[in-house]
Amino acid sequence: MSRIETTFAVLKQHRETALIPFITAGDPDLGVTAELIQTLAEAGADLIELGVPFSDPMADGPTIQFASERALAAGTTLGGILQLVTDVRKKTQIPLILMGYYNPVFCYGPERFARDAAAAGVDALLLVDLPPEEIDEISVAMRASGIDLITLLAPTTPSERMKRLAATAEGYLYYVSMTGVTGAQKISPKDIQPAVEKLKGLADVPVAVGFGITTAEDARAVGAFADGVVVGSALVKIIEENGQSEELLPKVAKFIIELKHGLTAPTS
Amino acid sequence: MNYQYPDERGHFGKYGGRYVAETLMPALLELEQAYMEASQDPAFQEEFKYYLKHYVGRPSPLYFAERLTKELGGAKIYLKREDLNHTGAHKVNNTVGQILLARRMGKKKVIAETGAGQHGVATATVAALFGMECEVFMGKEDIRRQSLNVFRMKLLGAKVHEVTSGTATLKDAMNDALRHWVTHVRDTFYVIGTVAGPHPYPLLVRDFQTVIGIEAKQQLQEAEGRLPDVAIACIGGGSNAMGLFYPFIEDLSVKLLGVEAAGFGVETGKHAASISAGSPGVLHGNKTYLLQDDDGQIQHAHSISAGLDYPGVGPEHAHLQDIERAEYVSITDTEALEAFQKLTHIEGIIPALESAHAIAQVMKLAPTLSSDKIILVNLSGRGDKDIHTVADALDVKL
Ligand SMILES: Cc1ncc(COP(=O)(O)O)c(C=O)c1O
Repeated sequence: MSRIETTFAVLKQHRETALIPFITAGDPDLGVTAELIQTLAEAGADLIELGVPFSDPMADGPTIQFASERALAAGTTLGGILQLVTDVRKKTQIPLILMGYYNPVFCYGPERFARDAAAAGVDALLLVDLPPEEIDEISVAMRASGIDLITLLAPTTPSERMKRLAATAEGYLYYVSMTGVTGAQKISPKDIQPAVEKLKGLADVPVAVGFGITTAEDARAVGAFADGVVVGSALVKIIEENGQSEELLPKVAKFIIELKHGLTAPTS
Repeated sequence: MNYQYPDERGHFGKYGGRYVAETLMPALLELEQAYMEASQDPAFQEEFKYYLKHYVGRPSPLYFAERLTKELGGAKIYLKREDLNHTGAHKVNNTVGQILLARRMGKKKVIAETGAGQHGVATATVAALFGMECEVFMGKEDIRRQSLNVFRMKLLGAKVHEVTSGTATLKDAMNDALRHWVTHVRDTFYVIGTVAGPHPYPLLVRDFQTVIGIEAKQQLQEAEGRLPDVAIACIGGGSNAMGLFYPFIEDLSVKLLGVEAAGFGVETGKHAASISAGSPGVLHGNKTYLLQDDDGQIQHAHSISAGLDYPGVGPEHAHLQDIERAEYVSITDTEALEAFQKLTHIEGIIPALESAHAIAQVMKLAPTLSSDKIILVNLSGRGDKDIHTVADALDVKL
């Protein structure tokens, strides 16, 4: 079993929902990212999405745009992120998902990336701008290296397409809770529940929900019906505000503990 | 040569495609379907032709630039006068087409990105014509350089969003337009201004712009009884060039020459010559040549001309470069400024700075060709919008 499968299997036994924090790798620098990964894992995160910064993050709102800019200004590269993963893998077995845009992976070379990422201990890749229509150009290489390709589904995805994509999903399915960019609006858990439940019926893999989950209350509400909740912008905001300060890790830990608290005893 | 691109998945050889977020994918599939139906529908084609004729003022003249030809002492130079279109550039051919498509699809709101402001003005204009709501995304830097066009858009009833993210120019305006579209995809039609973006945009923008080449081919046939030897156009995203080139693509005797912006000079790194000095990558929904670093981060483009100041190029041009059907060269800010003044002095035509890049290439090429050769050049727009930029560059206070 892969690390992702094992993680979800254990959570299921405990009737817990996965907490999946997102942070941008290299924000404010890769050294702090390493500490953040450790802190997130210890505070209760179950999987971690590591954003690969890109100069033109078209699916992101201002919070993650600025995080990307800070990471790039600090000299973050995809090669540097793979080295970071190699280093943190010595200390933690938490599943790590690289998330971002296709161009940095394309320029690194998909085959070379697949080899290096697997060797470093990356579990999965989620490329926001590489839809199923174009995924063939990297899927063979990723499969050969055992890197899962995470599929995104959106409220605009028609049901035939949803069925087709859910059937072939790897790792977990990422349901984008709203039509918009990251961090834009607040989520309405009741509105997305039917879509998530339908998806759970279609897919063999767990269904995580992301975009717009900012508080422990949101997380608990969504966690009542989803297998995982992704929290991005709200966490990135804490990193933005506390940067290199000593307060950063304690504040992040506190937020993660709050979020996880609502997910350990599902209300349903 | 049987040229059949793009393929059914929107690929031009290795380039093009649909690299967008899942949220937009269904909208692109719907757009493709709607466009395929519209392009087969004679009523849609008639309507498009009607507005091109009566609203845009087509056909645009093909003008023999006799004095410029004499001065340069070589090939005969013909100018395709897109500057005489309503709103002053070729951009309106495409916006008329897309707004008719939007209307056919039942959309009531349109958005657009703009660099020089020409596409923004052309979109705001047709939105006014059809009573649609219009929002235009424009970089802060471009708003400063093109204040006249900003005011025109506002007069036309459009809302202009100042884009401050990234480099605050055209690429960032396109990012923000895409972000807005993701959020409002259900009721909003995105009018892309050039032959870039995800499939089917490069295809449909090319189709709407081919009227340029179709007319020019026929007009030159009437004037000279033959094809041109060279067809020249400037390249921002590449829509005026595709519009001119496409009808000649299987006429292999016609050399197709695209002119990119070399800014301060390609060797300085401050330029917008994506094909001449870039490498393949993925941005704004398509795979194409980009200005980027080794890590796939997009770099700043530079050109005196806001409409060419873009670090990418339409995917079909990337393909034409690879199969060697077209050739791409570049012209510096200084050369473009000289050409701008030359055409103004000698023909009484003030070209857009974008188009001045094409004219500058003509000034290099014409003297090397004999007088029985013919150069067809796309004068893609007029230069009124650039008067302030040119005055600045020439150290003239207005
Ligand atoms: C007059 C004119 N020519 C050319 C361009 C460049 O665009 P394209 O390469 O798509 O024709 C612009 C863009 O704003 C323009 O305004």
